[in-house]
Amino acid sequence: MKKADKFVKNVAGRMVPTIVNGKKVTPFQGINKFKPNRKGASPHVPTTINYPKDGNKIVESLKKALIKSGLKDGMTISTHHHYRNGDYVANMVFDIAAELGVKNLVWLPSAAFPCHAPIIEHMNSGVVHHVEGSLNGALGDFCSHGKMEGLGYLRSHGGRFRAISDGEIHIDIAVLAASGADIMGNANGVLGKHPFGPMSFSKTDAKNADRTIIVTDSLIEFPCYPWEIMGNDVDFVVTLDEIGDPQKIVSGTTKITKSPDRLLIAENCAKFVEAAGILKNGMNFQAGAGGTSLAFVHFIKEMMVKKGIKARSMIGGSTKFLVDMMEEGLTDYIFDGQTFGLEALSSLRDNQNHIPIDIFDIYDFHAKSNLVQMMDVIVLGSTEVDVNFNANCVSHSDGRMLHGIGGFQNCMMAKCTIIAVPTFRDRIPVIRDEVTTLVAPGELVDVIVTERGICINPNRKDLIEATKNSDLPIVDIHDLKNEVERICGKPKKPKLSNEAVAVVEWVDGTILDTIKKVVK
Amino acid sequence: MSKIAVVGNYGPKIRSDCQVTLEITKNDEIQIELISKVKDMFGENIENLCKDELKFFGIKNAKIKIEDRGALDFMIAARIETAIKKLIDTEKNYLLPIIPENQFETEKGRLRRSRLYLPGNTPKLALNAGIHKPDAIILDLEDSVAPSKKDEARIMVRNALRSVNFYGAERMVRINQLPQGLNDLKFIVSHNVNLIVIPKCETAKQIDEVNKKIATLNINNRKIWLMPIIESALGVINSYEIAAAKNVVSLAIGLEDYTADLGTQRTDTGTESFFARSQIVNSARAAGIQPIDSVFSDISDMNALKQNVLKSKALGFDGMGCIHPRQILVIHENFAPTKNEIEKAQKIVDAFNEATEKGLGVVSLGSKMIDPPVVKRAQKILTMINSNGGSK
Repeated sequence: MKKADKFVKNVAGRMVPTIVNGKKVTPFQGINKFKPNRKGASPHVPTTINYPKDGNKIVESLKKALIKSGLKDGMTISTHHHYRNGDYVANMVFDIAAELGVKNLVWLPSAAFPCHAPIIEHMNSGVVHHVEGSLNGALGDFCSHGKMEGLGYLRSHGGRFRAISDGEIHIDIAVLAASGADIMGNANGVLGKHPFGPMSFSKTDAKNADRTIIVTDSLIEFPCYPWEIMGNDVDFVVTLDEIGDPQKIVSGTTKITKSPDRLLIAENCAKFVEAAGILKNGMNFQAGAGGTSLAFVHFIKEMMVKKGIKARSMIGGSTKFLVDMMEEGLTDYIFDGQTFGLEALSSLRDNQNHIPIDIFDIYDFHAKSNLVQMMDVIVLGSTEVDVNFNANCVSHSDGRMLHGIGGFQNCMMAKCTIIAVPTFRDRIPVIRDEVTTLVAPGELVDVIVTERGICINPNRKDLIEATKNSDLPIVDIHDLKNEVERICGKPKKPKLSNEAVAVVEWVDGTILDTIKKVVK
Repeated sequence: MSKIAVVGNYGPKIRSDCQVTLEITKNDEIQIELISKVKDMFGENIENLCKDELKFFGIKNAKIKIEDRGALDFMIAARIETAIKKLIDTEKNYLLPIIPENQFETEKGRLRRSRLYLPGNTPKLALNAGIHKPDAIILDLEDSVAPSKKDEARIMVRNALRSVNFYGAERMVRINQLPQGLNDLKFIVSHNVNLIVIPKCETAKQIDEVNKKIATLNINNRKIWLMPIIESALGVINSYEIAAAKNVVSLAIGLEDYTADLGTQRTDTGTESFFARSQIVNSARAAGIQPIDSVFSDISDMNALKQNVLKSKALGFDGMGCIHPRQILVIHENFAPTKNEIEKAQKIVDAFNEATEKGLGVVSLGSKMIDPPVVKRAQKILTMINSNGGSK
């Protein structure tokens, strides 16, 4: 079986396969041109009489639970990433699979982290065939060098949720870490000894997998409530001494950057939002937890205080910083998809206005309404952008794939999507003639904010008009690119082979771009 | 002379710099080894630069290793040149073109509210210094450069003066304490420096020495201003003569060394330096130049910085040094005239203009007569606002 076959040029001008890992796929058709027409996932239909009458689904070990779930060659196994770089569960699952001699599994994480590097060993030995989801750090490097047996398949957070719920991918076994769970499998991420926050990413897994295993280090007396995962969707419950290290959830993302250049970029974003008239009472905006995004929120907060402005809601990555803003009366609500730190956790547990959200509600292409579209502004980071406002967040300019898509593509649907980037990093220009990998088509990127100027997408005449009399450093993106090339030199294109190692899926399930093998 | 030279910086935490290891060999060939994360994009360019530079210095037999962390051409060129000069005697200089943005000269009375210190041997910090819009940047050869790194820093600073766009900031260099500082001058004078900062200045004679040396080096006869820093008890006593010396446009005070010289320590209230600061302001004003205050070193406390600037402004200073870009705006905002000051200045200037039009000898505002220096100060405030937007 060829990893990728029958390439065609899609409407974005990128050569993409129409067969991936033996399955037929659709090339990208354009923004909002393709509507996936499926009847939905079709998981194994259970019967209550097949489960213990007393509701006690505890199994003595994860190995036993996997065997009872029928783990066998070629299955698709899903995990979530709410413990981020502190997750122990995914590695345990594949260690057990290796021990049992199972081969050719597909790993479907909601995101991968450096802590998952041991999976590489399992790919070398054939236990894992390929990864669908994000391929970060060492895993990305492994895949970039063409060492993965199957083709990597990159989906956004919303895209993964959609693909699972509409049946594009079928999960055989979902293994879901929960900080607290009862014998029946009712589970959440806010109780127990190592809470991590909402379980948003894994809700579709529990609903649509043939078998769902809950793994916890804190067994809660029935009922474990609130139940983000309902016991009625759970096959087995396993209690272990440790399932993850919450200290590593943070991984440096919740501190405001100290870099003067990044602070300047964040400040420019805030000034743009103010000048464009977006900063107003009742606004809804996304407040990311990354260094620059958080700095943006810091500057927005200063403006809100000064002008007496109150937001209606903010979507996080919730942090102490956001919680303080809510407690200071600067926003009515926090929508929370991932919680960082103890203060945010207690707020999520105790404050009714701190609402855990489902990825379906914010990002999913199948949702009948979509929170992200209601956001007035979102600020994102990126590895590269180009003069046509296309953006890349998965590969570096040398072609190596090092990051997942995360919510990047989904956030493009906001009313104003800003990409905040430095113009160059260690001599590597960030503004290019053409992005190495297309992750977000330029028609959806409204503004690019850098330390050397702000570029507004020519399509957004409203934003150009609104800011034309401001003292913001608004520049043509071609001029900015030329300025940066005068500083850094004009970079040569990366040497890439023709061999595909991964594809980037657009939110609707079509194939947007192909990632090529890096030549050494 | 040794046969191997190692210059520059390399390591996981180093960015925008490189380390060059040069060995003169006996084989008649140039061997280049390049280790760089930007090799795919710029490798050929870097190797060509390297060959050109070795050829320029007439080196035909060498082994050179460049361990690069995203250094720009001017940085790599500086590291290679320093390595070469450690191994061979040469009077030649490998000069990259001066960018058009660095051709301008500056005015004597230009605003000098903020000057951002940039360690001379850390080129990364120079790259984006200008985007933070300080009135001046100051490439430092003195305290921020280790004694063993002075050679590297001089060439790096020279190249930065020619190649880095500081987006309109005045280009200053702080030389080493005299007499060592005199040797720094040939690396900066004919490379479009706008102002030379002379640390630990104690006598007007030192200014003469610097002026004389500059005159011998200033082949294009460009305007080069001086800013002495007074950092000792003797310097304070001699401050007027220093301020009145030729080409001096600003007089600064450095409090760390000054308080050490007094045998005391800096305090938040600053009682120990009150005399010296007042003396500097007085001497500078007497000589018709700008008095400039010391740096404020707690970069995390913007509120304390603000209080410090307000105090400084109240004493009569026109500006101060800064060691972090985030300090710049706070300094500008608080040295700027307040709204009240601007309104009052506008009224005074209007009254003056009206009086001049009517041919009146005496200017008055309401029932008050206004003296000429008051008018002059009001005009200065308005000029400052018009040239820089003033406070926000």
